[in-house]
Amino acid sequence: MDFTIILQAGIASGTVLLFATIGELFAERSGVMNLGVEGMMLIGAMSAFSTTIATGNPWLGVIVAMLFAGLISQIHAFIVITLQADQVVSGLSLTFLGVGISLVLGEGLSKAGTVSLLPNFSIPLLTLIPIIGKIFFTNQSILVYFGYLLVPLSWYYINRTRPGLHLRAVGEYPSATDALGINVFRMRYFYVFVGGMLAGLAGATISLAVSPGWFSELTTGGQGWIAIGLVIFAQWDPIRAAVGAYAFGALRRLILDIQGPLVLFGLANPFYYNPYLGFFLQMLPYLFTVVVLVIGSREAMRKRIGAPAALGNPYIRGERGK
Amino acid sequence: MTEQSSSKSEVPLIVEMRGIVKRFPGVLANDHVDFKLLHGEIHGLLGENGAGKSTLMNVLAGLYRQEAGTIFVNGEPKVFSSPRDAIQAGIGMVHQHFMLVPSQTVTENILLGLDDPRFFLRLPEYDAKVAALGERFGLKVDPRAKIWQLSVGEQQRVEILKMLYRGVDVLIMDEPTAVLAPQEIEGLFVTLRAMIAQGKSVIFISHKLQEVSAIADRVSVLRRGVCTASGVPSKGVSRQELARLMVGREVVFSIDKKPSNPQGVVLEVNDIYAENDKGLPALRGVSLNVRAGEIVGVAGVAGNGQSEISQVISGMRQCKQGQVLLNGDKVSNRNTLFGIQHGMAYVPEDRTHVGSAPNLSITDNVIMKNYRKPPISHNGLLDMKAATRLANELKTAYDIIVPSVSTPVRLLSGGNLQRVILAREISGLPAFMVAVQPTRGLDVGAIEGVQRLLLAQREAGAAVLLISEELEELLSLSDRIYVIYEGKIMGEVKVEGGETDEGLVDVIGQMMTGTPLDQIQKEGAVAQ
Repeated sequence: MDFTIILQAGIASGTVLLFATIGELFAERSGVMNLGVEGMMLIGAMSAFSTTIATGNPWLGVIVAMLFAGLISQIHAFIVITLQADQVVSGLSLTFLGVGISLVLGEGLSKAGTVSLLPNFSIPLLTLIPIIGKIFFTNQSILVYFGYLLVPLSWYYINRTRPGLHLRAVGEYPSATDALGINVFRMRYFYVFVGGMLAGLAGATISLAVSPGWFSELTTGGQGWIAIGLVIFAQWDPIRAAVGAYAFGALRRLILDIQGPLVLFGLANPFYYNPYLGFFLQMLPYLFTVVVLVIGSREAMRKRIGAPAALGNPYIRGERGK
Repeated sequence: MTEQSSSKSEVPLIVEMRGIVKRFPGVLANDHVDFKLLHGEIHGLLGENGAGKSTLMNVLAGLYRQEAGTIFVNGEPKVFSSPRDAIQAGIGMVHQHFMLVPSQTVTENILLGLDDPRFFLRLPEYDAKVAALGERFGLKVDPRAKIWQLSVGEQQRVEILKMLYRGVDVLIMDEPTAVLAPQEIEGLFVTLRAMIAQGKSVIFISHKLQEVSAIADRVSVLRRGVCTASGVPSKGVSRQELARLMVGREVVFSIDKKPSNPQGVVLEVNDIYAENDKGLPALRGVSLNVRAGEIVGVAGVAGNGQSEISQVISGMRQCKQGQVLLNGDKVSNRNTLFGIQHGMAYVPEDRTHVGSAPNLSITDNVIMKNYRKPPISHNGLLDMKAATRLANELKTAYDIIVPSVSTPVRLLSGGNLQRVILAREISGLPAFMVAVQPTRGLDVGAIEGVQRLLLAQREAGAAVLLISEELEELLSLSDRIYVIYEGKIMGEVKVEGGETDEGLVDVIGQMMTGTPLDQIQKEGAVAQ
């Protein structure tokens, strides 16, 4: 096995997680948890693929995917921000809604054949760097490169700009922000929309770049849930999110690829001869997600890892007797 | 008071509120209130809790909208639909509960909501601006510090800076001293005077008479939503007179206390060691006792182990070593129910979360300790009729002012809530009661009521342990006082006759700062 090839593919696969994780990170920083990432990703993957089939233009597919997923996210926004319903329940229903819509609209798409994909290219000069050049800058999709830019930009936006300051404040102490004339509701709607768009982009990244095609709900295969776990693992920081996303992308590839060869390190490959071991390996990322979610839901631990203080709480204006 | 405003007509009015009316469901919070603020004065706004002071000022700060009445700023009528409008007109308010984002720095908090850094924050530049502003008004605070790292006093300074940075001319301070230590209060007063010297005006909301007479140039008083005094110069009015305007009747400042007649020891605390929430040692060998028919005080600066003592005694905290005996039964490191069944009453420091269940009704809250037995329950079933009857009896007996006992206690004022808790605790006829800060944050009338209830317990033969940071209160109620410093008892003094004795206060003060009593006495003997 050539590990640089696995890592190279892992970066591409991690880009999917990266977009979804950063998107959820923005929504959660504003105080809204959206457990509907999986559903929004499926919507994105489906609409990107079908738009590209219909028009032959993958870029149009990306745009439609982002807008459609963003639109779906606004259902969640309306329910939890305006109607102040429970974020967990609404987010879970959004997942089911997204899965349902994409299965209905994607009916027959899996037999549609191949489509024109987003371009892959290498970055001159940077490819010459040993190992790193091969893994990060050789024959990657344009979306992978966009992912590289998104990470520092997100970090800078959150920590070093005025809108980022407002975003952090809204998630920490909405009533203080409101008292200073910032519209809490509008900001939360906006960042839930951003989260939806990035989840849509993550879906489009799967169906138009990383593993092209439409395989119904197996297209995303639960990566939306891993993204939600990664946000907690990342402690709501884009740079840590990138580390986590790429690591999990690489792990995903490794688990797939390790089952291929007959011989591993000079020994008979147990993962080839015993498929159950492979299933066990495939379970591991989700086990991680469960553990991280359990940790993230403990109040004391949340404080220590720096969760936005108002995460999960609807903002109710001017409540007397508080 | 019209003659005063005309005689001072050379000083311009900066704010005038005329005929302000504000209603909340079931309450007329402001009933045609007039208020005048002169340029460059500190104006004290006095009133009991629930008198409508904060409501009136929230109207002025744009947080509430008045139902009738007009606000004039520099003679022009203004309509504020949000705090932002009020700030634009030069009026800013520092609320009792700070509105600061804990995870952000001082400068970030100050810049929040402003248009000035358009997109890029460029924090170092603004750190310098904030530091310069702080320098100008004597508000020292590190602009780069995160809010959670700051003390309450420093956070208050950030709130003031936030308003000054927005260029307000009128600063409304809502109960600013409630959260401060004595030294910090002095610092705040210095700051307020510095602001006046630089041409700002201050409205100082308080229910503490001493503070208002110390800092304010003029005083207005509200009682039950009505203005009972408007702009009286604070020099020309006595504390008694102000108190009468606040509560509508004469307040007796010295409490009549019968001579003590203590019986046998009820509570014995033997050499207790315990840790605080952070796992650090909080109590290091505390021993004390309380006899029937006496009030024993525990004095000390906040955070020297007072909360932990009360928690160990009530069974809410485990101790590592030592034991607490109640009438000879060990109550420490057992559950709270054991203490309750053996005659322990507990008036905790945190009224809203430990002392009561905020969303439950008065009825539910008063039966919380005796719901297990008749007449409240029979064979495991609650008799809600009996419970309501009991609640109504207590409501009358303890003067709890609410329309109905089904009201959730979160809607009660501090004084009423404390009366609900005391009603529950006292009605169980306890042998021993530990009360922590029972009058903190209450207004004059309510403080007096609570103190009388504690004295009544003493007269009824109960043992009372009173843990308080108000030395005056301890001196007027207690028969003996223990002083605690860093989890150790520095000494015990007797209080004779209840009057304030200069020498006694001095000795207690020295113990509060860490000098043990025997050392003070030794030095005293050497000096003589």
